[in-house]
Amino acid sequence: MRRTEAGGWIVVGLVLAGLAIPWFLWGSATVVAGLPVWLWWHVGWMGFASLVFWLFTRRAWGIGIEPAGSDGDSSGSREVGPGEAGPGGDAP
Amino acid sequence: MSAVTLQLSIIVGYLLLALAVGLVAYRLTDRTAEDFYLAGRTLGTVVLLFTTFATLLSAFTFFAGPTIAYAQGPEWILVMGLMDGIIFAVLWYVIGYKQWLLGRQYGYVTLGEMLGDRFGSRWVRGLVAGVSLLWLFPYVMLQQVGAGTALEALTEGAVPYAAGAGLITAFMILYVVIAGMRGIAWTDTLQGAFMLVTTWVAVLWVLAAVGGPGAATDALASNPDTGGFLSLGGDYYTVQWMLSTAITIGFGVAMFPQVNQRFFAAGSKTVLKRSFALWPILCVLLFVPSFMLGAWAAGLEVAVPEGANVLPLVLAEYTPTWFAALVIAGAMAAMMSSSDSMLLSGSSYFTRDLFRPILGFLGVVVSDRLEDLIARVGVVLFATVAFVVSLFQPATLFEIGNAAFSGFAQLALPVLLALYWRRITRAGITAGILVSQTFYVSSLFLAVVPSSYAGWSAGLVGMGLGLVVTVAVSLATSPAAAERRAIYFDRFGAD
Repeated sequence: MRRTEAGGWIVVGLVLAGLAIPWFLWGSATVVAGLPVWLWWHVGWMGFASLVFWLFTRRAWGIGIEPAGSDGDSSGSREVGPGEAGPGGDAP
Repeated sequence: MSAVTLQLSIIVGYLLLALAVGLVAYRLTDRTAEDFYLAGRTLGTVVLLFTTFATLLSAFTFFAGPTIAYAQGPEWILVMGLMDGIIFAVLWYVIGYKQWLLGRQYGYVTLGEMLGDRFGSRWVRGLVAGVSLLWLFPYVMLQQVGAGTALEALTEGAVPYAAGAGLITAFMILYVVIAGMRGIAWTDTLQGAFMLVTTWVAVLWVLAAVGGPGAATDALASNPDTGGFLSLGGDYYTVQWMLSTAITIGFGVAMFPQVNQRFFAAGSKTVLKRSFALWPILCVLLFVPSFMLGAWAAGLEVAVPEGANVLPLVLAEYTPTWFAALVIAGAMAAMMSSSDSMLLSGSSYFTRDLFRPILGFLGVVVSDRLEDLIARVGVVLFATVAFVVSLFQPATLFEIGNAAFSGFAQLALPVLLALYWRRITRAGITAGILVSQTFYVSSLFLAVVPSSYAGWSAGLVGMGLGLVVTVAVSLATSPAAAERRAIYFDRFGAD
């Protein structure tokens, strides 16, 4: 369970990084309200990223890092196997 | 009062205010290493966020960065957003939170100390500190070059480059030696907030003068030299280049001593959480106005002589003298808050991870008083030598800065593996660090080692190489007897 959740957050992180630069607007020079539309995308995306990060702190903070038995706050009880690895790490 | 006198008064007044804050902090600081280097691990959200933020806001963000946007277009904003707002924020959790927990539990003050303890090795500790100091030096130089150039431009040559950079260096030495981490964090907060506000006022002021963002962007689009700036990408901004830059700098930032050490300084878990969620927004708030100002200046045909920075020139053209001076003072403050933090961290790496172990090896007992003295002498030497070298202006700002970021980035993946992978061994991490560093340094200085691989930078390739070598050597070797793997996994708790 916990491992799937960590995997899900890794995917979320990769998507946030992957679309911070709007590759699909490559070559576009469309200007909206005085700024290129790709810049507006970036600004909106960063706001969205902040929101996702905030959700992460509420729901999943500690995942992949805090060992079994420690209490992550505000997300209820979670079982973590002693061998769980976290984002950026390999399975033991 | 002449314009130059006014500008200098603002800058000096600003420095004196910072010094006053530093003195207040000094009175509150215990004479212990933990308090001097980490403010007793008590920083709150606003202070931690702004001190890390201000530490990242080097001369590059205000001088070299907008100047590149002026020359090549505003896509740098995207690179900065990805590297600092997303990649660094994720590392803030993945590296930072784990480091914070470990630091709290075992009392670590530096990265080398943390790794040296885990791998049971003074060599690993010394290697990490040595590599870090190697890259920190050119970066401190970058800040001094930025300050000197800015003062020279602002005063139209009345304050020559050497005098400007020298003034800043002398002030920083004085300040760091007195204030320690607590004072630095406080003034960073002041400087960061000030910078954010003045950048916005500056951009609004210039836009009001030229008829709004629509008119400024039209000028950019209708100018044949800059018409291509508005389309995303180009000869300079290739996909490989943007990704290489964002990834190497993003990872490099997390390994910069002054940033990495802040992972140990948070007061609580809540502080780390709040700062984490605010990163992307804060980055946009700063980088969009400062870089757009540079890009717009190109359309407005503000002439920037070779080697000069665009921001002071735009302000001189469109805003009153006192305001231009205020912004430059703020930018110099940003430069200093990077440098004073770097001097403090550099001195802690030098004293704790290199000098003290060497003295210990020689059988010399280092008293607290002696360590204190060594730390401060280290600050003076480091800053002075960097200043003298900066007088020769050995490369352009950006090249020096980028070399340092990529150099630090080489450390990131071996450190990540150390934090999360149980099979890593002392031989593995040592080999990973040595090979990737050797590769990257060679790519800078040896013609045989290319600096670009199908558009991907040597920094990024070196990171991959370090990862592969660390894993391969770890798998091929067994842990040394002194290694204490368990302290990173089973034997530490969150609270």
